[in-house]
Amino acid sequence: MSVVSPLSDIPLLQAVSITKSFSGVRALKGVSFDLMAGEVHGLVGENGAGKSTLIRIMTGAVFPDSGSLVVGGTAVSHMDPSRSRALGIAAIYQQPALFPHLTVAENIAFAVEEASMWRPVRWRTRRQVAAQLLERVGASLDPDRLVETLSMPEQQILEIAKAVGAAARVLIMDEPTASLSEREVERLYGIIGRLRQDGLGIIYISHRLEEVLTLADRVTVLRDGESIATRQRDEVDQKALIQLMIGRELSAIFPKRMVTAGDVALELRGVSCRAGGVNNVSLTLRRGEICGLAGLVGSGRTELARTLFGVTPADAGDILVNGMRAQITSPAEAIALGLEYVPEDRRRHGVVPEMAVAENVTMASLPSVARMGLIARDDERAVAARYVQDLGVRPASVDASVESLSGGNQQKVALARALAANPSVLILDEPTQGVDVGSKSEIHGLMQALVERGLAILMISSELPEILGMSDRVAIMRGGTLAGVLSREEATQESVLALALGHPIQ
Amino acid sequence: MTAYRREAGVALAIVILMAVLVFVAPGFFTSENVNDVFLANLPVLVAAVGVTFLIVAGEIDISIGSAFAVCGVAAGLLAKMNLPLGVVALTACVIGAALGAVNGSLVGFVKVPSIVVTLAMMIVLREALRWVTQGAWVQDLPPHFQWLGFTQRSYLVAIAGVSAVLVAASAWASRHAPAFRALYATGSNPGAARLAGIHTSAMKFGAFVLVGALTGLAALLNSARFNQIPANAGIGLEMKVIAAVVIGGTSITGGRGTIFGTVLGVILLGSIGPALTFLGVSAYWERAAQGGIILVAVAIDALSGRAETYATHLLRARA
Repeated sequence: MSVVSPLSDIPLLQAVSITKSFSGVRALKGVSFDLMAGEVHGLVGENGAGKSTLIRIMTGAVFPDSGSLVVGGTAVSHMDPSRSRALGIAAIYQQPALFPHLTVAENIAFAVEEASMWRPVRWRTRRQVAAQLLERVGASLDPDRLVETLSMPEQQILEIAKAVGAAARVLIMDEPTASLSEREVERLYGIIGRLRQDGLGIIYISHRLEEVLTLADRVTVLRDGESIATRQRDEVDQKALIQLMIGRELSAIFPKRMVTAGDVALELRGVSCRAGGVNNVSLTLRRGEICGLAGLVGSGRTELARTLFGVTPADAGDILVNGMRAQITSPAEAIALGLEYVPEDRRRHGVVPEMAVAENVTMASLPSVARMGLIARDDERAVAARYVQDLGVRPASVDASVESLSGGNQQKVALARALAANPSVLILDEPTQGVDVGSKSEIHGLMQALVERGLAILMISSELPEILGMSDRVAIMRGGTLAGVLSREEATQESVLALALGHPIQ
Repeated sequence: MTAYRREAGVALAIVILMAVLVFVAPGFFTSENVNDVFLANLPVLVAAVGVTFLIVAGEIDISIGSAFAVCGVAAGLLAKMNLPLGVVALTACVIGAALGAVNGSLVGFVKVPSIVVTLAMMIVLREALRWVTQGAWVQDLPPHFQWLGFTQRSYLVAIAGVSAVLVAASAWASRHAPAFRALYATGSNPGAARLAGIHTSAMKFGAFVLVGALTGLAALLNSARFNQIPANAGIGLEMKVIAAVVIGGTSITGGRGTIFGTVLGVILLGSIGPALTFLGVSAYWERAAQGGIILVAVAIDALSGRAETYATHLLRARA
């Protein structure tokens, strides 16, 4: 689709038919995107639609499998981070990448000053340059302040000043307003307007569609790794954008069979955890039921799971397990009560990579394979072998070290560890993220078998089809609290996403 | 078999060293010298068993040299009070364990980095001992304390037996006892260990207590060799012990390590000094040689680690 550019005919940055796979999973399938000078280009899409991958390719952090990047009309054959910086591409992430123990001026100097071992530092100039840059972006920050004393929005403005100081022509902003108050957002709008007048191109990524529609000249929608549409701002409204974001058929077949729900296994009454940002969540979970927990990344889903499991214990409200009020202050207590949690980031929290499959599987249930307080290796291997068989771990060896397994098989080992503890409530956090298609449907089949055996499952997922396909009910979180609970009949892509985004559609 | 590659490497180095000695300096193998080397390194071995588990748990203790001196002096003073040897031995271990418990509480529950806690402990214990003893050695030990009441010969046999039992028991426990399994998990991936219901803080506390108790035992076994106990004993012991553990293949970042490897590390590190003397090299080179062995060991680790990552990468790409 060709669009007339506002300032010049040559795009500042162009991505042409970019394709990228991660260990067999296609993250981007021929995405094209372009950015003009003086333009704010919104980039929207669900979790996992491929936004971050596209950004990482533009900044040179990831090399595409095919496709090309064109900067200012010249094709760049090999983009790497320093090349990207030299070409004037700067990205500002949700988590600022600053040096907290250095001052504002010193942080700016890293972006602005020529790196040299022997040139003495001219502190006056350094401060003046910093002050000038900060003024240019309309910020009143003291260049001598330590970055660790800055608030989140101040750090963000500092990042923008750094990018401007590094003569960036393309500024990529990833969810810049996620941690800002309304007034701070207004200020950011002002800064963005100024940068646009200076002829910078800005790629603006946000889940807040009203912001995108306020700021952007054009909006590109990504879905399942494809660029679905690029629209002028006045051609679309929020509803149309949501349609474009989800407008997909439920292609995968889920092995969902209805199970009569039994007793209440887990009940939350106004559960809060200030440290984790979980606020007043009430929810019940019955035996034989899969409750999907949907919401955007950062909506508090994982934090709720970690609160339930005692990693960041609740500081208000009640948790009832099988009808009994429970104090859960550590994972060990949660396990003793019959809860199990398979975390999202399995490399960091799910498995012990140095150990063998068998040792990982029995990690949470050692007493069951111990005789007189000592591990019975034969029993341990037998238990592990059963799960390796049931879950189809490949290679089918209990002695393989877990670090040698693929992502999907590591996930199965993490799942086996949870199941070996014989839980009655299972909390699964993104159970099929980064897992190949075959393992994915095996894991779904297993979940179905588990609820048929009377387990209760709370399944966190960013994948709407998985949420809709597997859940008996869907709970949707937004901003650390429950935005709503939908029955299987009520839950549609539109209704779930509308609650997650906070845009009620009629 | 790749799991024991490191142990095999160290064993090979020992065999080469011994082969050279057999031909060039057979005097090394006189029973007198072998006994000397054995007695001098036994305390290192005993402490190293504990430290292996501590490093596996992802922590470190550099205060064991000072704790060693404290326990040794305490054992001597108690022996002079003519307490039964069993009480003396037990008290030495309990004092060590108590010192370890202080370290372990600060690391495990107060969450202070172990290098800082044990650095402070190292200085505090050393200076406190200096102040209490005024630098004086414990002398006039009762005769029954020397060789713990054995003859020198039977003492040798007895402590060889004790250390063999200690090594065998800890090697076996590291594979079969749930607590030790939990210790390895704690060092390898604390986050995953916690989610598996392991009390990682308690595991670390326990490892420090174990190190302390074994340091007390090491001090006792060491002081029985002499008829006086110096207040400045154990200086540099922590470095010897940590070096032996690391040479034996224990990962300094935790999660990986075997007792067998540590035994080999102690043998290699402990025999290199006397071997150099027998080979006619100045004794001043002993520490340099030990340092060199450490560097070679960690360099091989880093290189083979990289090669392995590359190999798994290739295998996965092909799969």
